[in-house]
Amino acid sequence: MRQLAKTYGEGEGAVEAIRDLTFDVESGEVLCIVGPSGCGKTTLLKCLSGLLRPSGGSARLEGKPIDGPPDALALVFQDYSHSLLPWMTVRGNVTLPLLAKRMPKAKRLQLAADALNAVGLDGFFHAHPWQLSGGMQQRVAIARALAYQPRLLLMDEPFASVDAQTRADLEDLVLDVHARFGITVVFVTHDIDESIYLADRIVVLTHRPTTVKEIVPVRLPRPRDQVATKALPAFTELRGHVFQLIKSERMGQTPAPV
Amino acid sequence: MKRRLAIVALELWLPVTLVVVWWYVSADSTSPFYPPLERIVEVFEDTWVFERVDEDLLPSLSRFVQGFVLACVCGVAIGLALGLWTPVRRALTPVIDFMRSIPVTALVSAFIVLLGFGDSMKVSMIAFASFFPILLNTIDGVRGVSSEQLDMARAYKVRGPDRIFRIILPAASPQIFAGLRVALAVALLVMAFSEMTGGTNGLGFFILFAQDTYRIPEMWSGIVLLGLVGYAVNLCFVLVERWVLRWHRGWRAMTESGGGVV
Repeated sequence: MRQLAKTYGEGEGAVEAIRDLTFDVESGEVLCIVGPSGCGKTTLLKCLSGLLRPSGGSARLEGKPIDGPPDALALVFQDYSHSLLPWMTVRGNVTLPLLAKRMPKAKRLQLAADALNAVGLDGFFHAHPWQLSGGMQQRVAIARALAYQPRLLLMDEPFASVDAQTRADLEDLVLDVHARFGITVVFVTHDIDESIYLADRIVVLTHRPTTVKEIVPVRLPRPRDQVATKALPAFTELRGHVFQLIKSERMGQTPAPV
Repeated sequence: MKRRLAIVALELWLPVTLVVVWWYVSADSTSPFYPPLERIVEVFEDTWVFERVDEDLLPSLSRFVQGFVLACVCGVAIGLALGLWTPVRRALTPVIDFMRSIPVTALVSAFIVLLGFGDSMKVSMIAFASFFPILLNTIDGVRGVSSEQLDMARAYKVRGPDRIFRIILPAASPQIFAGLRVALAVALLVMAFSEMTGGTNGLGFFILFAQDTYRIPEMWSGIVLLGLVGYAVNLCFVLVERWVLRWHRGWRAMTESGGGVV
């Protein structure tokens, strides 16, 4: 078992986005991060993925400080229409990150085919992303992350712009992928139901400057089911609790400038 | 099929009408300056099928292609470097703005003094003039690559040549092509002009020489040919652009409608 640990503390700067975040991500878990809108969730994720340098404190992955995008980490972005390259086919997009890994072409194609099969997109290898629906494009983005063979998968509000039905399917896909590949998942969302449905633990963030409000353990049985799990009394209870946490955060704050 | 025919008819009616009107209006002309179109067509056949093709048309095309390709290579390469490298861009912008503000026609003397009357002068002039639209558009295109795409490239460690050839240049290609289109028109213009300033062959030279020696139908035939060449070159360009940017239309349609097609 690998121990993934990240410690955050960030301060200074003109806009203090994140004041002090300290939490660990256990290897193999699904950790959701929720918080009021504009609380620096994306900033946090950019620090975790090495795209942004924290101004204080540090983020560590498997004990090593993150000072650039780590090899063991793959990212699924919110905006698939830009993060997928429209001039490449679906397969081209999935194999692109593998080019730098110096593996034989057959291996690359095999990894891409496996990943695309895993997300249910066999048969769309030669389509372009813009020929697919939003949900399918986000599947391509997930396949790209899987083919990269990460130990940690970061997802930044990945399903914010797809419809409810597609969203439920994609949530199940994330759970399926997590169960099958044993990847650690950090999932940022503003949807409380989604966070409870997916997570082993939920990190609730405060308003800016952001700190950790509470870490809520989610002890719902796996495998989870869109109907059965959400009907559990424990689910409703958790939803009430997380909702209260975020609401109190909103109330306790002077109205944020729009 | 019916729709296609309708489109072709819509595109053709004006050119056909203009030629027919020209034909009949000029039919009885006795003016040496406005010869009948029939006469121009005769001369055109005598001159360009295929008498002077080797002598004038091919040299012109060759200079045009050389100059334009040179401008493309330099414009895209330098534009890429300046687009990626902000300090250098800042340092060079005043010079670029100054150089591109000089009408290239005013530089003809300098080019002749430096390079003589030969092909190198003409090719350089074509390349110089068509370089700037490509350069500026490439810089803009490279700077305009979306931050999501760059973040994606960083997160997945797409680096070096992969980053440039698979992400930055394709992302900038719609804008680069906009620059190429302008540059193409400039290159044709400068091709004709540079041949009029000196030398012994080429379409520009032929037109001016015909005018100087009062062979007016020949002059007109040269102008018509120049128009046809320009038209054909543009057509080729549009076909290449459509093929290279075929992803762009689909992608734009998707982002504008806010959803996929399937």
